[in-house]
Amino acid sequence: MNSTTETVRILPAGDHALAAEFGDKIDPAVNDRVHALAARIRETSIIGVTELVPTFRSLLVVYEPSILTYGELKSTVERLARLPETSASDTGRVLHIPCCYGSHFGPDLPDLERYTGIDRDAIIAIHSDTEYRVYMLGFLPGFVYLGGLDERIAMPRLSTPRVRIPKGSVGIGGNQTGVYPLESPGGWRLIGSTPLDFYNPEREAPVLCRAGDRIRFYPINSSDYYDIRRMQAHGGGDAIWQFA
Amino acid sequence: MAIRVINPGALTTVQDIGRTGYQELGMPCSGVMDTCAYQAANTLVGNKHGEAVLEFTLFGGIYQIEEDAILALTGADMAPLLDGAACPMNRPFPVRRGQILMVGTALSGCRSYLAVSGGIDVPTVLGSRSTNLKCAIGGFEGRALKVGDLLPVGVSSIIYREVADRFAPERIFPEMLTVRAIGGPQEDLFTEQGRKTFYTGTYTVSQESDRMGCRLRGAAIESRHGTDIVSDAIVFGSIQVTPAGQPIILLADRQTTGGYAKIATVCTADLPALAQARPGYTIHFQKITVEEAQKLLQ
Repeated sequence: MNSTTETVRILPAGDHALAAEFGDKIDPAVNDRVHALAARIRETSIIGVTELVPTFRSLLVVYEPSILTYGELKSTVERLARLPETSASDTGRVLHIPCCYGSHFGPDLPDLERYTGIDRDAIIAIHSDTEYRVYMLGFLPGFVYLGGLDERIAMPRLSTPRVRIPKGSVGIGGNQTGVYPLESPGGWRLIGSTPLDFYNPEREAPVLCRAGDRIRFYPINSSDYYDIRRMQAHGGGDAIWQFA
Repeated sequence: MAIRVINPGALTTVQDIGRTGYQELGMPCSGVMDTCAYQAANTLVGNKHGEAVLEFTLFGGIYQIEEDAILALTGADMAPLLDGAACPMNRPFPVRRGQILMVGTALSGCRSYLAVSGGIDVPTVLGSRSTNLKCAIGGFEGRALKVGDLLPVGVSSIIYREVADRFAPERIFPEMLTVRAIGGPQEDLFTEQGRKTFYTGTYTVSQESDRMGCRLRGAAIESRHGTDIVSDAIVFGSIQVTPAGQPIILLADRQTTGGYAKIATVCTADLPALAQARPGYTIHFQKITVEEAQKLLQ
């Protein structure tokens, strides 16, 4: 079945939230429908809806049950989900993310070379030549679930996750790539590090990316890495990435 | 005004109602586990809704009062002593500069709340004073309290006489709990037998439970094709089932998204009782409809 013609399923997620589900696949067309519905609910500004959490293939709508009942919200969301799709899901932003590949920034790059049979320069070229789609954020504040990794450089996760992965690390886990926004445990293969803060609670917009953004990495050397970190510490780092 | 930490207890954090509105960015809500005890504590000392309190877990600790104030303790009874004399649960009481509050071990239940007139006045981060241990933000320096911490307290114009008559109903924390839950959102990924097991079985709260999740042990819940799903959003009370068929109820510090199927969601009215379930307590799930659950909130 064509995913874009699949009907929406509204399911209760307890007594103060509902999930609008569009199939069960990771698919750009399905994700478009999720974000389009979120945009429509925002435009409609339904009184009693308190929060929206878009994910790969479903939208969580959190509401205040003293203002809205499940039945009322369900029919409103169903109606909005059936309206013809607009292209509202793509934010139109392309974020260019500097990444220092290899050495202590990306300690697993040699393993990735061995596993894929591709040398480091070619891996870096492939990784930085792809435009990745931000399907959703979750797991940690600012953690982006990206789609679009070239399967030639995919590699399974570590069998034993690391206890501590430094903030900013860029990794590959299976057919996904992403950035650790905070120091955390994790099992992804680390190939580099970005000096940009994907998450900074002190900043007015604490999280750098939004669902619907597109991301491109570009290689930098270690002195650029430290320069950008310093600029960012003085509040100038936002100038580093640009919109297309 | 301030409170000095002499002994921080087992796990004491600053919490308020939680950091809502940022889940789409991956930011967990955090906040108090037992909203009922939290709201009562603030009301007792005359605070406005939403002030930050201390949440104690199993053992409360020892605190020195640095200036006159009004305090109230709610939730699990931890046999509190003020300068060695018993002080009440669920009622406000005045304290003077230099007095020592000792909060002992929970007799039953798991969590107690200490409200102080003026509220715990730590800086707000993204609209909330709640501690998020994993992201190390909010609360007191983004962490659990330590010996020697000096907790700032806000200004209050309330005098004890204004609140002296207030009391909160005493709650009991049974060791065998019935928790009402609404089926879904992924109920249909489980077999008929699996759902029957879930609603008829008895599940024991395990030692690995924490503010993120209440991990349960009991009869394995049968699924149709495993419990892995494409990650989606979770709420306070979502009941995930692991590949081994064991339920985990997600609580205040839950991550925003998860990759296990959710057989049901605990109704809001039963979350405070669940927040007081400690390792070894048992839970039986009873199915209700969304409409019934929403009526319970009226």
